[in-house]
Amino acid sequence: MRFGLTEEQITLRDAVRDLLAEQCPPSLLRDPSPEATDKLWEHLAELGLFGVAAPEAVGGLGLTVADLVPMLVELGYAAVPLPAAETAMMAGLLADPAVAAGERRITVARDAAIVPYATRADRVLVLSGTYATPAAAESLSTVDTTRGVARVRLTEPVPLAGPVLEQARLRYDLALAAQQIGLSRRMLAMTVDYVGQRRQFGAPVGSFQAVKHHLADALLAVEFAEPAVLAAGWSLAHRPEDAPRDIAMAAILATEAAQQVAKTAIQCHGAIGYTVEYDLNLYAKRAWALAAECDIDAHLAVLGTSLGLESS
Amino acid sequence: MMDLTYSEAERCFREEAREWLRANVPARPLPSGDTRAGFAAHVEWERRLFDAGWAVVSWPRAYGGREASLWQWLIFEEEYYAAGAPQRVTQNGIFLLAPTLFEFGTAQQRDELLPRMAAAQDLWCQGWSEPGAGSDLASLTSRAVRDEAAGGWRLSGQKTWTTRGAFCTHLFGLFRTDPAASRHKGLTYFLVPLDAEGVTVRGFSRLDGDEGFAEVFFEDVFVPDTAVLGAVDEGWRVAMATTGSERGLTLRSPGRFLATADRLAELARSEPTTPRQREAVIRGWMRARAYQLFTLKQVTDLVQGRQPGARSSLNKLYWSELDIELQEAALSILGPRAELDAAWARGFLFALSGPIYAGTNEIQRNIVAERVLGLPKGGA
Repeated sequence: MRFGLTEEQITLRDAVRDLLAEQCPPSLLRDPSPEATDKLWEHLAELGLFGVAAPEAVGGLGLTVADLVPMLVELGYAAVPLPAAETAMMAGLLADPAVAAGERRITVARDAAIVPYATRADRVLVLSGTYATPAAAESLSTVDTTRGVARVRLTEPVPLAGPVLEQARLRYDLALAAQQIGLSRRMLAMTVDYVGQRRQFGAPVGSFQAVKHHLADALLAVEFAEPAVLAAGWSLAHRPEDAPRDIAMAAILATEAAQQVAKTAIQCHGAIGYTVEYDLNLYAKRAWALAAECDIDAHLAVLGTSLGLESS
Repeated sequence: MMDLTYSEAERCFREEAREWLRANVPARPLPSGDTRAGFAAHVEWERRLFDAGWAVVSWPRAYGGREASLWQWLIFEEEYYAAGAPQRVTQNGIFLLAPTLFEFGTAQQRDELLPRMAAAQDLWCQGWSEPGAGSDLASLTSRAVRDEAAGGWRLSGQKTWTTRGAFCTHLFGLFRTDPAASRHKGLTYFLVPLDAEGVTVRGFSRLDGDEGFAEVFFEDVFVPDTAVLGAVDEGWRVAMATTGSERGLTLRSPGRFLATADRLAELARSEPTTPRQREAVIRGWMRARAYQLFTLKQVTDLVQGRQPGARSSLNKLYWSELDIELQEAALSILGPRAELDAAWARGFLFALSGPIYAGTNEIQRNIVAERVLGLPKGGA
């Protein structure tokens, strides 16, 4: 038994963290131009992110999803406006050297009518069971303006077989959960920083118990979701029979933690948290966008079945 | 390498514990250990545990343990609660006082006290709270005055809400030794036999009706110098080492809540349930598992030499609120039967004490905010 990151996992994670701190600032999220996002993608590809969990036969590092999860947390922390987590996760599944090298970008959608990163991706994996090239995008107006969501037409569609599709769903749900942990950490850090400085009634607002208790609860939600996400990655890599249950649990805990942190962060910031000028909204909106992709009821049903609780 | 499986040796340890528990756990639950008759039955059980070497698995062999690793301790706890074994009426001694003795005790204190504690010959209760000092423990006023001629101390004052105080034989507690010092300074940690002259113990009922509480009066009670644990006037620091254990891992291992969550799922499988009730069961089970995973990570840190420190307040907040959630889910399924004084109703009443003892959850949230998140101290 040993439940902690390895030296290698820490090194990989820190490399992503350092890169994104420099290359994916809030200003990039505010103006995700093709030039800026292409450059960011190149950096991530150079780092080898997309090959980490891909087999060596397709040019990958041959590591596992468990090794990838801490890196996906960092993609969430920076709210990377690209299908980077999706591509890195699917690279191990699609056995395509171009994907593992980062030369082919894969986005994932539940439905062709709402495809995130549509114009920044070469392929779309639709979780209803199609792998296709997105065409004729009709851009959609969204709350999170950084993701480039569009309705697309699917060209050259290839149907996905049962086991591959099931794997894709698990990997996508795990990727969502990992990113929500990163987003939660970001919003929490911004809020702790802000309430330590902002003064009202002659004292930092963070010294008031009402604020402290909100933030303690937000931290509690994240601290107990993160181990579940790491453990779900380990299950998917090493004990696949437990993966559906463990990923369902990770997805619920991480998504609900992020939703709680987003609300708490805005509330504890006060009016400035309710503005677009202040950066907090970038991360809160991403958390909501990812939460919209998480089917909590379906995950609860998976857990219910594993506990032998049938709907009566 | 990250590895969420147990080794062959650990699996054998689990098997051995399971076998012993299967053969020895009383088929019928013992009466509550928070009543006089029930307490006696529980002490008998503790002696059986001790004779078989299961009372204090993580302790050195010299004191009655089997030098189990933290991982083995977690395994033992899982098996213990899964087997439905009796509550540990010795817990204040073995989980709270003992770690403090290991850290601050003299060799003589350890050799004298630990074997008797493990064997349930001495039964320890905790003397922290006073009528005027609960969450604000540092405002306590019970005093210890130096008696140079007799080579010891004279204690006076009152402790209260002392769990199982009416049935225990010894009390560990904080007394003010320097009346000029304020708050956390000038306190000393004493080990007091409750049959000493001048001690009066009066039991009283908790919310569940059991005589689980006591108030303990000290009127000029003499104790020798050997009754001081740690240095004189350093009691706060010594005591805080214990509350770290109490809040965190050692008082409430995940096995306890996993077992409750499994029993809850069993109840839900055997009774008609609504979607709302099923969701409560699923969420309760999920949170019990999340607590286990958090703990596995924490134990990995401990094994690598990283202490949880203030993070043990996260444990306390989580398990205490989880416990109530699990009990409430069961009561909802039981419907009108929830009113009966039976296992789940008792579990619920007991769970309500979780957010209060070992430092209220309001205090824990302050600790998390200030010492884990780094928010400014003080404030209204």
